[in-house]
Amino acid sequence: MVYRKRFDGRTDEELRPMEVKANVIPNAAGSASFKIGKTWAIAAVYGPRELYPKFLQDPKKGLLRCHYNMLPFSGSGERMRPGTSRRGQEIAMVMTKALEPVVDLSAFPNAVVDVFVELPQTDAGTRCAAISAASIALAEAGIPMKDMVSAVAVGKVDNKIVADLDYMEEHVDEFNPESKGQPVSDIPIAVIHNTKELTLLQMDGEISKDDLLSALRLGQKAIEQIYQLQKKALKERFVKE
Amino acid sequence: MIANKETIMMLAAQGKRLDTRKLTDYRQPIVIETNISWTAEGSAKVQIGNTTVMAGVKLSIEKPYNDTSDQGGIMINAELLPLSSEEYEPGPPGIKAIELARVIDRGIREAKAIDLHALCITPGEKAWFVIIDIITINDAGNLFDVAGLAAMAALKAARFPVVNEETGSIDYKNRTDKPIPLTKEPISVTVYKVNGALMIDPTVEEENSYEARLTIASDNDGTISAMQKGGKMPLTVEEVGQMIDLALERSSFLREELNHQLKN
Repeated sequence: MVYRKRFDGRTDEELRPMEVKANVIPNAAGSASFKIGKTWAIAAVYGPRELYPKFLQDPKKGLLRCHYNMLPFSGSGERMRPGTSRRGQEIAMVMTKALEPVVDLSAFPNAVVDVFVELPQTDAGTRCAAISAASIALAEAGIPMKDMVSAVAVGKVDNKIVADLDYMEEHVDEFNPESKGQPVSDIPIAVIHNTKELTLLQMDGEISKDDLLSALRLGQKAIEQIYQLQKKALKERFVKE
Repeated sequence: MIANKETIMMLAAQGKRLDTRKLTDYRQPIVIETNISWTAEGSAKVQIGNTTVMAGVKLSIEKPYNDTSDQGGIMINAELLPLSSEEYEPGPPGIKAIELARVIDRGIREAKAIDLHALCITPGEKAWFVIIDIITINDAGNLFDVAGLAAMAALKAARFPVVNEETGSIDYKNRTDKPIPLTKEPISVTVYKVNGALMIDPTVEEENSYEARLTIASDNDGTISAMQKGGKMPLTVEEVGQMIDLALERSSFLREELNHQLKN
C-alpha cells in the first residue's frame, strides 16, 4: 500500500479536467478539439471523397482511414522529428479499428473518409484523446454512425486501480521513490456508449486477471464523463443553427 | 458565393472584394494567443479571419557550426497539415511548405532578430539552437503573414529551460524566466497584385487569382530584411516601390496587434 493518494489528488475514477469543442476547423467536414489534462488532440474529418490509389477502393463501401501525429513540439523532452513513425502508424491503425464498428460507410462505395488527428501538447493518454476527438469530428461531419465511441486509459498504479493515467502515474517509480520496482499497467480502452463493448484494448505492464477485469469495469464507468462532454460539444455545435 | 477568378479580378480592378473588405484590410478577427502548448519552450496560435496557424519553439544545446563557432543557430520548419485543408496530403513537406519555412526563416535570420552570439555557451563546443515548427490548422489563405506572426509570437513567448549544471543536460520540464535574446521584431507582409490592383491578406480564392506577389519582412524602423517574389507575372520597379510602401504601413499595424495582444 504505497500509492495511496493520486499525485494530483483525483479520486480513482476521476478523469483530468476536460475541454471539448466541436467545429474548430472550418475547412473540414467535421472537427473537434479534445483536451484532457495537459493532453490535447485536434481532429479533422475530410470526405467522403474519392480514394486513391484506385486499387484500395471497395465497390461495396467506403474506407475509414485514421492518421495520428504528434507535433514536433508536443513531446515533454526534446523536439521530435516530424514525419511518420512506427508508433504513429500503429496508433492510427488501432484508432481506425476502434471507430469502424460504429461507422457505416456502405452509402459511399469507392470513397474514403479521412480522419486526421494532431497533438499540440501531450501528457499521456494521447491515443484515447485522439479517438474521443475523432468520434466527435465524424459525428459533426454527418458520417452515418450508430453510436459514439469514447476512450480513456485505465490501469494499476502500484496497488491502486485508476482511470486516466497521466505521465507521472505511468512512470510512478520515477516520481514516488517508495514505488520503486512496483509494476504499473497501462490499459487504453475505447467503449461504444450504449453496448459498453470495447473497440480498443491494449495493455502494457503487469496485472492479474482479476485486477484487469476490475480496471475495465472502472473504465466503462469513468468513460461516461467523456461521453457526456462529447454529446454536449455536438449539441452546442448544432443547437445554434 | 461564386468565387471564380474572373469575378475576383474584375472586382479588384474596381478596388472591391467578394467579402466587401478594402483591398488593404486584414480579415477579422486577429487573435494572437501564446503558451498554448506546455511542451514547447514557446508557442503561439494566430488566427487571421479563418486562417489559423500554430508555432512551437524548441530549444536544444548543440555543437556550433565550424564557421560560426561562437554562435548558436536557428532552424525553421513548416508543415502544411492535411488536417488544415483538403488540398494537403500526408507526407514530407512539398515545395509550398519549404518556401513558406524558408521565407520566414530569412525574415528572422537576416534581420538578425535573434542575437545568435548570445546563444553561445562555450565557443566551439556548446550553443543554444532555436527550432521553430510552424504548422497549419486551417488554411483559408495568406499563410505567409499568419505564419510569420505566429513565429514571432512564439519566439517572444519562449523561455529557456533549466540546465542541470552537473550533467549539462536540459531539464525540459522546468523553465527559467529568461527569454530568447531578440533584438528586433521583423514582421512579414505579403502584397498581391490582382488585375493590376494591390491587395493584402487574400482568401484561398483570391490566392488562386493573382499575377504576382511580394513578401516583405521589415523591422520596427522600416528596414527590409527579406523579400520573396512569387507568381507568374513580372513586376516593374515602380510596382515594387508601391508594394513596399503598402507592406511597411501594414507591418506596423500587425506589429501593434502583436504587442498589444501579448501584453494582455
